Amino acid sequence: MTAAVPERPLPAPDEPDTAPFWAATRSHKLTYQVCLDCGDVVFYPRRHCTGCLSGSLDWRASAGLGTVYTFTVIRQHGHPYFRSRLPYVVGWIDLAEGFRMLAEIAVPPADAAVGLPVQLSWEDHAEVSIPVFRPA
Amino acid sequence: MPGAAIAGIHEFDKRVAGGLSKLQIKAECARLALADAGLTWADVDAVYDAGESGFGSGLTIAEYFGVNPRVVDTTSVGGSSYEFHAAHAARDIAAGACRVALLTYGSTAHSESRAIGTGARRPPAEPQPAANMDLPYGMTLIGSYATVAQRHMAQYGTTAAQLAEIAVTTRAHAVRNPAAVAGLADIGIKRTGEITVDDVLGSRLIADPLHLLDCCIVSDGGGAVVIVSADVASDIRKPPVWILGSGEAVGYPGFGSDITTTAAVSSGPEAFGQAGIGPDEIDIAMIYDSFTITVLAILEDLGFAKKGEGGPYVAGGRLRFDQPGGPALNTDGGGLSSNHPGMRGIFLLIEAVRQLRGESTSQVPGARLAVAHGNGGQLGSRHAAGTVILGRE
Ligand SMILES: [Zn+2]
Repeated sequence: MTAAVPERPLPAPDEPDTAPFWAATRSHKLTYQVCLDCGDVVFYPRRHCTGCLSGSLDWRASAGLGTVYTFTVIRQHGHPYFRSRLPYVVGWIDLAEGFRMLAEIAVPPADAAVGLPVQLSWEDHAEVSIPVFRPA
Repeated sequence: MPGAAIAGIHEFDKRVAGGLSKLQIKAECARLALADAGLTWADVDAVYDAGESGFGSGLTIAEYFGVNPRVVDTTSVGGSSYEFHAAHAARDIAAGACRVALLTYGSTAHSESRAIGTGARRPPAEPQPAANMDLPYGMTLIGSYATVAQRHMAQYGTTAAQLAEIAVTTRAHAVRNPAAVAGLADIGIKRTGEITVDDVLGSRLIADPLHLLDCCIVSDGGGAVVIVSADVASDIRKPPVWILGSGEAVGYPGFGSDITTTAAVSSGPEAFGQAGIGPDEIDIAMIYDSFTITVLAILEDLGFAKKGEGGPYVAGGRLRFDQPGGPALNTDGGGLSSNHPGMRGIFLLIEAVRQLRGESTSQVPGARLAVAHGNGGQLGSRHAAGTVILGRE
């Protein structure tokens, strides 16, 4: 009997607000929204603008360049997949287009730093690809 | 005097519930808090509940206790729920909607072996959009707070040793609290004596830069608070503790927002403004201590120290109950060393009342004013802030 290799938990592909975001990841596009009326950037995805009352939002693709706003090194986790990956770095990335997202940062813990320039890469799965950032 | 006072309190005395249910813990605490006030079930005309016992708790609780409330408030904002409840009860009483408000909490987190801090975040049946974005990355609750500490260090030069001072202070207070000491032993913590900064720094990292001893314990527990109108307060067993002001706020991530600044920056000034006092007048600071960084950031946001200067502020044992130069912090031992069943906001109110009655195991002589600040959700992510200012006559 071989133990199953634990797999990364994946997002629900059909959650109504975030489904387009995850669908776009299949073609390696990191998308965010811009309000067509006031120009605000909206992230995470929604059906309404949080800056004005508009319901008209445009999807844009990010160039995937940003900096580490802050991070942590996870050294204890209850989930088998994440336990198999310990220690790993996760943090908030400020993207050049003006949004902040949580993501894994593929960097040795000792090299992780606030302000580290990073660029987007992808980890492919059957239904979605997961954005992961690497040092730029 | 102002319109609403805390008349009765009770804290469940054990940290391992021994097979009791959450409802049983809530009811035990409720009847003993009512007895503390010299009131009974029939006097209760308002219930406040955070829903930890299950769906539809506003219905469940009234029937289970056997009360007939005219006000039912099921505000649920994590560990800060009880500060929100106290604020709402004071407003409801001032509006004449009720006279005797009952707040209760019960948890069996330890008995259920719930890995609150590092557990796998299981996707809910109907995922929320925010959670659906974060889910693949295995961010833990502790990790979320750790991102605040990391940024605080990078931005202001705060050190791990300064954060550790907070854990050292709360443990010193816990050691004086027999229920806390017994509880630490009951949940399997071997060293129940005082700890040093080096002990904290020498404990293993859970999520950098937070060590094991920067984190709260996981216990069972519960409590109850009875809040009454001025006319009821004139005829109770213990000295009333008045609610002088309150503030509520929420915070969430966003581009350009400062992760080291919590929603306390909004709730604090509102509460202090209503009370007509400033942080320098506070004798007792009951600050939600899920982690050391929680206290540091909130002390700054409430105005005890300037933003970024919390590190030097907490150094040197300033927040010990017997030290001058600042308020006494979490004199029951806090979530770091007394009890943390998941949502410990009710204990902040309870210990503040003990201090203002002169009943604490780390009593500050003549304590007159206290702040209870609850933090719910996760700092560094979505979180709620409830500030309540309390005073004795
Ligand atoms: Zn807009």
